[in-house]
Amino acid sequence: MSFFDIFKTAVWGLKANKVRTFLTMLGILIGITAIMLISSLGGNTEKIIVGELGGLGAETIVIRPGKEPSGPNEFADVLLSDSLKEREFEEILKKSKVPGIVSATPEVFLSASASYGSETFKPTILGISAEFMSDSLNLTLEKGRLYDDREIRSKAAVAVIGSRVEKELFGAEDGIGKNIQIKGKKFRVIGVYEPKGQVVFFNVDDLLILPYTTAQLYLTGDKHYTQIIAKAANADIIDRVVFDIEQTLRELHNISDPSKDDFHVQTQQGVVEQVGKILGAFTAFLSLVVAVALVVGGIGIMNVMLVSVTERTKEIGLRKAVGATKTDILLQFLIEAVLLTAIGGTVGVVLGALLSFGASFAVGRFLGASASFSFPVFAALLGIGSSIIVGLVFGIYPARKAASKSPIEALRYE
Amino acid sequence: MAFIEARNIEKVYSDGTRALRGVSLDIEKGEFVAIMGSSGSGKSTLLHTLGFLDSYTSGSYSFGDREIKDYSEAEVARIRNKRIGFVFQMFNLLQRASVLENVKLPLAYSGIREPLRSKLALEAIESVGLGHRKDFDVAVLSGGEKQRVAIARAIVNDPDVIFADEPTGNLDSGSGKAVMDIFDKMNKERRDRIIVLITHETNTARYAERIIKMGDGKIIDDYVVKDRISGQEEYIK
Repeated sequence: MSFFDIFKTAVWGLKANKVRTFLTMLGILIGITAIMLISSLGGNTEKIIVGELGGLGAETIVIRPGKEPSGPNEFADVLLSDSLKEREFEEILKKSKVPGIVSATPEVFLSASASYGSETFKPTILGISAEFMSDSLNLTLEKGRLYDDREIRSKAAVAVIGSRVEKELFGAEDGIGKNIQIKGKKFRVIGVYEPKGQVVFFNVDDLLILPYTTAQLYLTGDKHYTQIIAKAANADIIDRVVFDIEQTLRELHNISDPSKDDFHVQTQQGVVEQVGKILGAFTAFLSLVVAVALVVGGIGIMNVMLVSVTERTKEIGLRKAVGATKTDILLQFLIEAVLLTAIGGTVGVVLGALLSFGASFAVGRFLGASASFSFPVFAALLGIGSSIIVGLVFGIYPARKAASKSPIEALRYE
Repeated sequence: MAFIEARNIEKVYSDGTRALRGVSLDIEKGEFVAIMGSSGSGKSTLLHTLGFLDSYTSGSYSFGDREIKDYSEAEVARIRNKRIGFVFQMFNLLQRASVLENVKLPLAYSGIREPLRSKLALEAIESVGLGHRKDFDVAVLSGGEKQRVAIARAIVNDPDVIFADEPTGNLDSGSGKAVMDIFDKMNKERRDRIIVLITHETNTARYAERIIKMGDGKIIDDYVVKDRISGQEEYIK
């Protein structure tokens, strides 16, 4: 019998029991849909995170107080530590200590509401150098001006706000020159950023920045910073700069054993690697779950094929009586199994791609992240390939069982 | 040398039952043979053994000019396909398939391609008088029509031998006669083809030229019918 005839016979076998065929391939379909979703969303999530971090630039270095947290319970250390103050900032800026740094700023993060008249809004408030912030994130002013070093030193009560903050607090009015209140203290709005949306974990439109000295004096009441952000002259010397910063701070804090550091330094590369590791582990775990699902689906297929072989024993006997060879029967049932899994896999790939596209669209639409859908070709090939392998592996036993039946015993089967 | 030569064929099933006890027979080309016997006499086992559907425990069996043990498994499948046609009591048709699809089945295993495959199948279907039913699903046919489809399937590859296992056993007398008339016509039209049928009905056996009677796994009578209408025996073989 030609391969085409065997193929047609296998299709005929599947069409003879459409509901069972559909239900049997469902297991594989779900498994492959999951593979597509995981690959597509995992890849896109990594792209989003790496893209967001990349917005800061590879030469960016973040110095945080406390030991580097290795688990969720160690994050308290970072929040409670007061190891980064003006003294540390000035020391890092010294060319003799860390020659590779071109600019730096302390950052003070706080959570508070801003109000103007009867209007209240909760912006993202950062005490930071306006110039550093604008340069790092490539922000441009729509109107007004940025505060300068003089105003930072004098702890001026001034603020630069995002476009949404202006709209929420001042409506159609111009916010420039007006005083807003944060924790009972008045701050004069001197600049408004152009609308830009999400950039590196911040929505620029929701931002309110003010001199870090001012934030410490009037809003946090603390002397320490949330973190210090520095820029190296270029990404190639980043490791050297990190080393210099660590040495400088250890010297300043009389630390000889690095494991006793009361600060930690992160580079964007390090963060990207860390995110990649977490996502990789997550993807590997989910892939394992999917692999188990595929095996379970395969066992389901083997089970149904065994039932099918038993049900069609008389048909097998008849085919042998009219001239079918063992190979003809083996191929017929094997192709049926592979068709089941291959169709399930292909539908799974299409369904997974559609769901991933929908999810990417939703992320872009509702979370403002720049998630673009890309069809995971490798996952699609892996999905279809693995479904065919599942069909072959789990279809061979029922097919061999069918092929080995004696014609007369098969014909006598009731 | 006879086309079919069986010598001292023994068949012992795994439970120890001796279905055939030293059966020997020759069947020449063109013979129309009826094997008769009561239930358990071994007639079905003999037919299945001669038709390459079942194996035998000992003895020797030559088909054509070769001992069956010389054939490989693929050759046995090829003989069942090209040189033997089977007709079963329960028809054994492919369900959810048309008359034409059923008759084309042996041709598919012969590697005969379309449109020759359809042409040969249609000729066979027309020879049993079912041309008008070729596209019907076999499930809607009567018992007699189903058996005629099975006969068309058996002859489509123009085999040397047709083995029929109680071909009228599941039919009413009218349908049974129609089926046997087809066998009779086939026997007269192609004089070199062997037809071997099993039956326990004398009326059906009367169509054959030679009657082999079996009992307890042995041939107990074997004769040629001189006058098929009166059933007069000529001689014991």
